[in-house]
Amino acid sequence: MNKSIKLKAQEDRKVFFEKFMPDYKRFDHEANKIVAPFKVRATVNAGLEPYAGPWGDQQIAHLLKRTLVGLTKEELNTAKSMTREQLVELLLTPTQKPDPPVNDYNNPDEGIEDPEIPFGQPWITGTNNIESDVQGQRVVSLKAWWLKNLITPSMSIHEKMIFFWHNHLAIEFWGVFSGTWLYEYLDKMRTHALGNFKSLMRAITIDRAMLIYLNGFLNNKFAPDENFARELQELFCIGKNADPHYTEGDVQMAAKILTGWTINYDDPQMGRVFFPPWHDESDKQFSSFYGNRLIRGRSGPGAGDAELDELLDMIFDHQETALFICRKLYRFFVYTDIDPTTEIEVIEPLAQIMRDNNYEITPVLRSLFNSAHFFDQANYGVAIKSPMDFLLGLWRTLDLKIPESYGLTENFAVNVSTYYIMGGLGIELGDPPNVAGFPAWYQLPSYDRLWITTSTIAPRGLHTDSMVYWGLWNMIEPITMDVLAFAKKMDNPEDPNALIDEILLLVHGIPLTEVQKQNLKNALLTGQADSYWTEAWNAYINDPNDEMKRSNIENRLKWTLQLILQQAECQLT
Amino acid sequence: MKRRDFLKNTTTGIVIPSVFGSMGLKALSSSPLVSALMGSVETDNVLVLINLSGGNDGLNTVIPLNYLSELNKVRPHVILPDDSLLPLNNSEVALHPAMTGFRDLYNEGRLQIIQNVGYPDQDFSHFRSTDIWLSGADADQVLNTGWAGRYAENEYPNYPADYPNETVPDPLALEIGYSSSLLFQGSVTPMGMVIQDPDDFYELIEEVDSPAPGTNAGEQLEYIRLIKRQSNAYGTVLKNTSEKGTNAVEYDEDNTLAQMLKIVARLISGGLKTRLYLIEHGGFDTHDSQVDGSDHTQGEHATLLAQLSDAVHTFMRDLDALGISDRVSGATISEFGRRIISNASLGTDHGAAAPLFLFGNHVSGGVVGDNPEIPDDAMYDDNLEWKVDFRAVYASLFSQWFCVPQDDISQIFLNNFDPISIIKTDQCKMTSTREDTQRAGKELLSVFPNRSFDLVSAEFESDGDIVFLSLKDVAGRNIKQLTRHKYAKGRHNIRFDISDLAAGVYYIHFQQKNLRQAKPVIRL
Repeated sequence: MNKSIKLKAQEDRKVFFEKFMPDYKRFDHEANKIVAPFKVRATVNAGLEPYAGPWGDQQIAHLLKRTLVGLTKEELNTAKSMTREQLVELLLTPTQKPDPPVNDYNNPDEGIEDPEIPFGQPWITGTNNIESDVQGQRVVSLKAWWLKNLITPSMSIHEKMIFFWHNHLAIEFWGVFSGTWLYEYLDKMRTHALGNFKSLMRAITIDRAMLIYLNGFLNNKFAPDENFARELQELFCIGKNADPHYTEGDVQMAAKILTGWTINYDDPQMGRVFFPPWHDESDKQFSSFYGNRLIRGRSGPGAGDAELDELLDMIFDHQETALFICRKLYRFFVYTDIDPTTEIEVIEPLAQIMRDNNYEITPVLRSLFNSAHFFDQANYGVAIKSPMDFLLGLWRTLDLKIPESYGLTENFAVNVSTYYIMGGLGIELGDPPNVAGFPAWYQLPSYDRLWITTSTIAPRGLHTDSMVYWGLWNMIEPITMDVLAFAKKMDNPEDPNALIDEILLLVHGIPLTEVQKQNLKNALLTGQADSYWTEAWNAYINDPNDEMKRSNIENRLKWTLQLILQQAECQLT
Repeated sequence: MKRRDFLKNTTTGIVIPSVFGSMGLKALSSSPLVSALMGSVETDNVLVLINLSGGNDGLNTVIPLNYLSELNKVRPHVILPDDSLLPLNNSEVALHPAMTGFRDLYNEGRLQIIQNVGYPDQDFSHFRSTDIWLSGADADQVLNTGWAGRYAENEYPNYPADYPNETVPDPLALEIGYSSSLLFQGSVTPMGMVIQDPDDFYELIEEVDSPAPGTNAGEQLEYIRLIKRQSNAYGTVLKNTSEKGTNAVEYDEDNTLAQMLKIVARLISGGLKTRLYLIEHGGFDTHDSQVDGSDHTQGEHATLLAQLSDAVHTFMRDLDALGISDRVSGATISEFGRRIISNASLGTDHGAAAPLFLFGNHVSGGVVGDNPEIPDDAMYDDNLEWKVDFRAVYASLFSQWFCVPQDDISQIFLNNFDPISIIKTDQCKMTSTREDTQRAGKELLSVFPNRSFDLVSAEFESDGDIVFLSLKDVAGRNIKQLTRHKYAKGRHNIRFDISDLAAGVYYIHFQQKNLRQAKPVIRL
């Protein structure tokens, strides 16, 4: 081959790659680099145009699984009577604010007693300067309360969005160690979860828990602490995608702007204050990344607010901010891998919607959840369930119930136990490993595969086996699902094929092959014909108190459910 | 309950009562594989890596004694009292007062300190810098594999096809904890396994054999199935090994690092042939409260260093008593050191170079490298300069401890780094030979020549279905699709030209249904 032909061939190949192999020039936005796909998804060409395909069980289940924590048969039934737009509106409707957490931890036998707040009373008005063991109890109480909110029935994305924002603007509860402040932080997440991103960012920047967590309360002009200022840009708003990048100087300037916001330890309420003598009054010069913006130094009591507003205006004026948060939303609700087509067809238009709506969040979600892209076949079942989706999702789907006879103390004990179990699977509620949140939502290249390791897959199976057979562990008494009640909720429980399909739709991410279904039917029918199951089911329904007829059905359901819940498909959503 | 007790009680420390009823616990299979294992006690050399995540403050860990007055001036908020330090013999450094265990190991010649370890163009983000340390990338390069993963791939090129097997019955690498890190990531699959407690093993039901769909969800499914199979296969091996193994000394119950090293010691004593272990020891991001205001020898950093030093000291004594200390070396990892000057929050901010520790009977010992220079007018932005590239340290370990040939080292680390003398000469004795480990498992793909200027041939084995063969670069980026056709059952051969590629390391990826394998090829 002579040289010019070879060059031509190389040129042709380049064109070929660019045209037919889009992942050749793949760009990872978090890492600021062209990188490789660990898993290459077939390109989804559909964008944000409204979805116009079939509207049936599969689509409804997909939408509910991604926006709720698991889904129940009842929710699926409710959704079936609605159009796509109606359902999305329902899902975007905020829930009622739950009653605040109460003292459910007093325990005279263990010598635990809150000196301030009586048993059964809300503790959020409690002061912070009491001995730390009560703070510890309150932190646990808050986590149990949060867990309870996550499993409380509701057809709204609200709770999942609160978790999303916590993962995005992460703090560690054990590090902050104040029940009241942590409640405040979570409450801000609730208030703004379906509100405005910029307002949320402003509220969190000077939130007491965040001031403590990222040392903002110690940030002063004599020794600036850049911890929050760095994460404000690296993790919360801008990311490291843009080229050129914001500079180390920008981090230091932002730190100076935020000097003076602190906690007033002389005040019994330990309020958050702006303390002018600590504020750096010099002018703050930002780099070309921010258009060489100069933020004028100010003095006096209004300086903190004025400069903070200008800082956030500058950051939210930058194109990258809306792109950055839209990618994060996409990774959380759709798929971890963002290829160039998705970037152009989905992320950029979403970011535009966000900017056009002054950083309101619901218009973005509304567009995404109504889009042809969201309902593209390639997106069904492609995500791996987080421990929250897996454990709490199955808790809801399988309808595990805390006995009604349980009082405050027992409810607290059960919810704390579930929180422990979820921690063992990788999400300790309120305590991500660090300020970046849980790695499965940012760590390249594995992303959600990080949830599944040899250390977590067997426990996942153990927990579902427990739900089916001997009860999910807690500190009072294990809680077992009612397999008969569960089966009765299905539309056609007497038909073994329909029964299996209906259950699979609720708990599996993708359909099974015929071979796999046959395997499940073998467990359900133990080698008998379909009619055997129908007869046995009807016999049980007609005579539910007959021990033999009941156990005949119950045992077979348990074997089948154990298999279904242990299957790899059950890890997908 | 005080804060510390609560912290201990968070879920990483909590023990959920075992609920293995008669339903749950299955009899352990007595496969030939397991019995084969029970016969062997010798293991290969072992490397234990401890990740001091968060960025360890090197200047308060290994104190350069020739700069005490400068240090007192520029880091007043965290400075350790001169008379509290633990000076090391024949050196100009002292250890943090909490590190008596390390001091003792140093005196025994079993601790080596390498000064000023880092890399060019330090990145100050935890996340990016951690990825750099674990992948072995340059500051401006993204790799989606870890250097230990690439080592394991080089040593066991057929993994995971037909693994475990009689030659390599054990996990290639073990991480104690919950989630897997980039360090053991290979180009097609994680090369390591994550465990919390080998005794707490729950066997999952085997699934019926049915192909996953050729979609992205199908790929996820294959990954989950692989982990399920590994969990069952290796879970059995680990439980048996752990039962066979033992510990000879007490480990501090409150020291989680010690508890994890206890598991490692027990597994090695039980005969586990796993060569690589990774343990997280987190919390080094000491922006504030690094020291107690009233007593700088106390505080979060002191606690962490005491745990590190005590745990490793106990571990070494245990290995001595078990008679296996000759086979174990260890090293620390940390994404960066901290700033020269301290901050008013009694802490230090993200910095650059820092000392790195190596331990074991066969490390050369002593302190390698000059002390970092501490200017007495250090400004906030000033950082310690790197003198030794971290990749040189780990590359040297692989060659001197695992006998990896130099050509392969360059391939694993994607560059040549000047070796450092870490291990005393002639200590890279292995009981399993490279020839055997390289043949273990099922070879689905072979590449010849694996170093070429232009033509390369890939031979693969088809079961009759569609074969995907592609050429990727070290970042995993698809460079060429080599084939995507059905091939009749049997071995086939494809030739292709790589002369248009830039010189460097590439991988040929083979995939057929849920079988994957990758082999490197170097464009010279």
